[in-house]
Amino acid sequence: MQELHKKLKEKFPDDVLGTHEQHGDETAIVKPSSLLKVAQFLRDDPEFAMNFLMDLTAVDGLRLGWNPRFQVVYHFFSYGKNHRLRIKVPAADGGSVPSLTGLWAVANWFERECWDLFGVKFDGHPDLRRIMMYDGFVGHPLRKDYPINKRQPLIGPGAIAK
Amino acid sequence: MSTTTYQKKRKENMMLNVGPSHPAMHGIVRMVVELDGEVIVGSDVEIGFLHRAFEKDSEQFGYLQVIPYTDRLNYVSPLINNVGYCMAVEKLFGLKSPERAQYIRVIMCELSRVSDHLTCIAASAMELGAFTVFLYMIKQREEIYQLIEEVTGARLTISYARVGGVKGDLTDGFESKCHAVMKKTREVLRECDQLLTHNRIFVDRVKNIGIISKEDAISYSMTGPFLRSTGVDFDVRRATPYLVYDRFDFEIPVGSTGDCLDRYLVRMDEMEQSMRIVEQAFKQMPAGHVLVNEQGEVVKSEDLVDSAKMGNTEGIVTKSAIVEPTLEGYHKDNRAEVGTCNKRAAMPPKEETYSNIEGLMNHFKTVMVGHGTRPPAGEAYHAVEGANGELGFYVVSDGTGTPYRVRVRPPCFTIMSGLHKIVEGDTLADIIASFGSVNMIGGELDR
Repeated sequence: MQELHKKLKEKFPDDVLGTHEQHGDETAIVKPSSLLKVAQFLRDDPEFAMNFLMDLTAVDGLRLGWNPRFQVVYHFFSYGKNHRLRIKVPAADGGSVPSLTGLWAVANWFERECWDLFGVKFDGHPDLRRIMMYDGFVGHPLRKDYPINKRQPLIGPGAIAK
Repeated sequence: MSTTTYQKKRKENMMLNVGPSHPAMHGIVRMVVELDGEVIVGSDVEIGFLHRAFEKDSEQFGYLQVIPYTDRLNYVSPLINNVGYCMAVEKLFGLKSPERAQYIRVIMCELSRVSDHLTCIAASAMELGAFTVFLYMIKQREEIYQLIEEVTGARLTISYARVGGVKGDLTDGFESKCHAVMKKTREVLRECDQLLTHNRIFVDRVKNIGIISKEDAISYSMTGPFLRSTGVDFDVRRATPYLVYDRFDFEIPVGSTGDCLDRYLVRMDEMEQSMRIVEQAFKQMPAGHVLVNEQGEVVKSEDLVDSAKMGNTEGIVTKSAIVEPTLEGYHKDNRAEVGTCNKRAAMPPKEETYSNIEGLMNHFKTVMVGHGTRPPAGEAYHAVEGANGELGFYVVSDGTGTPYRVRVRPPCFTIMSGLHKIVEGDTLADIIASFGSVNMIGGELDR
């Protein structure tokens, strides 16, 4: 086991808030303000060499009583080294997280999706608009307080002309 | 005067909508392209037309009820989605399915991969004019569907995998039928190869079209045949072997230029490799149970019956109910062979549910909200190699019977996010070839 999360903690003792490992997945929790620095390091450092941003999503901790409410979850993968690392960044309700669009092109759509479904903003994103929902949709459907039965049909005259 | 207006107009680019409903679009997707003459100078891809809130719905029901939803993600190779989700939940439990179940999963996944690639190549070849190939390949896909139907009881929405194993064992004579279908598939592939690979009409439409560089493909996190066509030999089955993939001898076909032709060739080669894996799996497959409980122990069907209460179990368990889950019928009295779950992790076989009260109660306890299977609190990300690339499931459990969060990492999504880059610089007609090679599956793209 390489224990990348511990190495990352040693490298950035002030920026990494905590680390843990579960089911073989290594996780490091990073301060939002340091995300860009850490992500750049993960990508460019020859030991980490995380050239893939495999996944980006968020978890709404409303029912778990998280403070701050959201965690943005990044899954990194290194093709050369063949290892994975999960980075989590806490984000407050209505708060924002730095955008990784400058480092990985795929972050553009991932972050748009995250904004659309959770309402987490990404600072520095060139084009942060909805991707799954239509323009004019009210709310963010994957939030825990968005009711499952709520309907916002896009029908009738004037539905699109908003 | 008229000349200047003409020249002025020539400099303006034309905006054109392709989709959302277009005969050559494999799903509902809209592209706004900016054209200079016939050349695409810029484009914007709009998705989300098929958004059905998979992730939101998954948070409403028990862990096992999510399995049927995963079928609907990629409706061309639903078995891989089933297996991917079940393995993520198994990871939460720290559970390992029995050897035989793992081999069955491998066989079914690889058959699905072949059917997925057949669909992709057939549809994209048809759009370029090769209608014969479409008919040949779809006919062959039909035979694979029949194989899958024989085991799972359904063609598309199959829900075959279970947390802890698979729903049931392979049917009698499946192996010989499978070999026959693979032999036929190889013939069809050879035929289609002769029809397409050296056919100038086809090659001229796909060669050096839709090129993406290795660096861009990695930056857009493209995986699967798309990434391999650029020369990167990343395959989840090889990089982080799951199930029993480390026991097979197979190659990872790679391309060099990353154009549509390379993607076509990679897919053709992958089908052959998938069939090689299936052959090896049949040779190595041990006998045994196909389902375990959440402690990882095989529980026989007799254990379902509370023997202290019933006094004897004879005549109840051994009696097979007349239930025919497949169209062929489940003639084999193999229920005693099928290890079943205890009270939590997996569903009891339908025969148990219908034939004795304990089975029915067990079923109830697994399915009803508040009674169902409960993985320990935590989170797990598990990736499998889908037909289009890495298919990841990120499941967060809060210790209750309902998943707190289920996230799918759809392979199409990352490819579609780079589509504007792929089509830029090509002509309008090349969208058809490039988009066909993406093999966009609306179900997993929009979820």
